[in-house]
Amino acid sequence: MHPARKQRLLIVIAIVVFSSIAAGLLVYALRQNINLFYPPKAFSADEVPRGVRLRAGGCVSPGSVVRSEESLQVTFTLVDPEGSLKVNYDGILPDLFAEGEAAVVNGLWQEDDIFYADQVLAKHDENYMPPEVAEAMNNGEKHEATCGEMTYGS
Amino acid sequence: MAWQWFHRLGSPRWFYEKSSRWLVWFAPLTLVLMVVGISWGLGFAPIDSKQGNSYRIIFIHMPAAALALAGYYIMAIAGAVGLIWKMKLPFMVMKSAAPIGAALTVLTLATGSLWGHPTWGTFWEWDARNIFMLVLLFLYAGIVVLAEVYPSRDAADKACAILALVGTINVPIIYKSVDWWYSLHQPASIKLTGGSSIHPSMLYPLLLCILAYYCFYTLALILYTRREILVRESRTKWVAELAQAKFSQSQNASGGAP
Repeated sequence: MHPARKQRLLIVIAIVVFSSIAAGLLVYALRQNINLFYPPKAFSADEVPRGVRLRAGGCVSPGSVVRSEESLQVTFTLVDPEGSLKVNYDGILPDLFAEGEAAVVNGLWQEDDIFYADQVLAKHDENYMPPEVAEAMNNGEKHEATCGEMTYGS
Repeated sequence: MAWQWFHRLGSPRWFYEKSSRWLVWFAPLTLVLMVVGISWGLGFAPIDSKQGNSYRIIFIHMPAAALALAGYYIMAIAGAVGLIWKMKLPFMVMKSAAPIGAALTVLTLATGSLWGHPTWGTFWEWDARNIFMLVLLFLYAGIVVLAEVYPSRDAADKACAILALVGTINVPIIYKSVDWWYSLHQPASIKLTGGSSIHPSMLYPLLLCILAYYCFYTLALILYTRREILVRESRTKWVAELAQAKFSQSQNASGGAP
């Protein structure tokens, strides 16, 4: 390769490498802010400030969803392998909200250890299959909701 | 000597004449793949056990996102080749790739928003992947604008190439964002290593859609680049001859009927 071109190649590589390092450090420094939500284990370990607007995310524990008889009030528990968080919500839940599925809630964690949410988002997983296949995988029985295999990345 | 083929590849005229012949069969192929892929996905693939019909937007959303990311690399690599070898054609490819990438990024954000509402329960969330996808749109838009603001074409090409190179780090960040941070997005369904978590009856139309989008991207890039070649080479002899030939052709066509 021509020496002048080789030199320009090195400049191009230097631009990519140094800008990547800069962006990488920036993103690394902001990692706590880039996380969309706190996992239940952070609440159990008391690492989360109370009375501050933030998001929590985890698996909706099977059997924990209790709906009020006369209002839209609903309570449920978000869990991960190392913690759990009680959530109180007054509103309409998204269609994909279900026990054994992940959800992200937006609201305030108060002194009584209950998370008062004013928004609930459903987080769907990366598995796609037709209903017949899903049924066959459960041997025709009703799908039993579990939180066992839930992973969140990071 | 060994680099001669490479320099010939960088000739705008060579590319213009070759691509005229490619387009004859490549454009119909793209159209067929697009129609078959999209209609298979939207009309004939089975519904999803949890999301029902709303998951179908994956056939538009995911390939658009894949090409918005891959297109960024194409743009940046073209810019790098232009900077290193000081060739004309790579800069034209780089400039042409920017609006196509921007359009695909807009399509990704728009379809993602339409998918997010029925499934997540929101049109927009400040999720890591959403944020960096928005940054990608701004990078593309920045290059589209930067290419026009300089009075000197050489300066514009250089500035665009450097901006494109600086932005390359954003692509792996978008791709890995769902694994690095707690995110509303689900992890990847199609993995290069190991099995996919998407049923074959949905995977095949999705792969076909991805192929169709790649062809569409290539087609759009060729057409935009051809336009850019004509604009930038408008003072050369071969373009003047080409225009003359087209002109007399249309004269003959219209002059045939008195």
